[in-house]
Amino acid sequence: MIWGLPGQLVMVELASTGKGVVAAVFACSLANARFLPMVVSFLPQIANRSFTLVQLIIYAQLLSINSWAMCQRQFPTIEPAHRLFYYLVFATSILLAAAAGTLIGYHAAVALPNALVLGLIFSSPLFFALVLSSTARNAHRLALLLGCLMVPGLHAIFPSIDLLIAGAIGGSVAYCLRKRVERE
Amino acid sequence: MSSATLWGVVVGSIAATFVWRLIGAFTVKFLREDHALFEWISCVSYAMLGALILRMLFLPESDLASLSLGVRATAVGIAFIAYYAFRQSLLAGMIGGAASLSILAAIQ
Repeated sequence: MIWGLPGQLVMVELASTGKGVVAAVFACSLANARFLPMVVSFLPQIANRSFTLVQLIIYAQLLSINSWAMCQRQFPTIEPAHRLFYYLVFATSILLAAAAGTLIGYHAAVALPNALVLGLIFSSPLFFALVLSSTARNAHRLALLLGCLMVPGLHAIFPSIDLLIAGAIGGSVAYCLRKRVERE
Repeated sequence: MSSATLWGVVVGSIAATFVWRLIGAFTVKFLREDHALFEWISCVSYAMLGALILRMLFLPESDLASLSLGVRATAVGIAFIAYYAFRQSLLAGMIGGAASLSILAAIQ
């Protein structure tokens, strides 16, 4: 339901250190703010204004980085009429897998060797890195790269809004240069 | 922390995350379709996710922080080599990366 790992981590960290409900909730919200541009950039690919608001909200709620990244990668090879179906099946499948994984992982984490657990934790960001870096658009690759380059410095200065700033600046620069990089 | 407070945090976080998706759905429903705007927002999304992934891999707040930067960077490198060596196979990249990290973590 919270559906975003960084937000969950921040929420758990602040809640467990007694920083208060408001601080934990606000930090979680900031960490998960990326869902706004993700939803806005993704929904037009599977729906449009003729859909009801309830439908759009449901499709938005199902979105995660996994489904966003995978669909961005696969949609060019899928007919537009089939993209919504693909997304719904994919998103629901991974939601069920996530629920099952949470249950299994909660119990298995204490039984598995630490090295294996670390490999499993690592697989999530690794999946994002592999899928997103394989985007066909040079402008998107540039945006990815700029976000990566900017965040270490931003994280040191603005730890709670570093993603937002990196996104806004990196994305805007990539957008301005999009025609130049696509020609290459 | 009391049970009630914990529930408050969880429910609050659900709402605080949902609000972004709600605004997003409203935007698509009521904004006139403007390709330039959506293209810009796509770029912003990729930049934000690039920042997030770099943070998760190289500035981790999870248990991955117990591993050195060199170990994590090596595993990421092996993952990408396997990914491209097997013609952009996600399975090869995932197995290569996760397995190399586990092995490096075990011998560290």
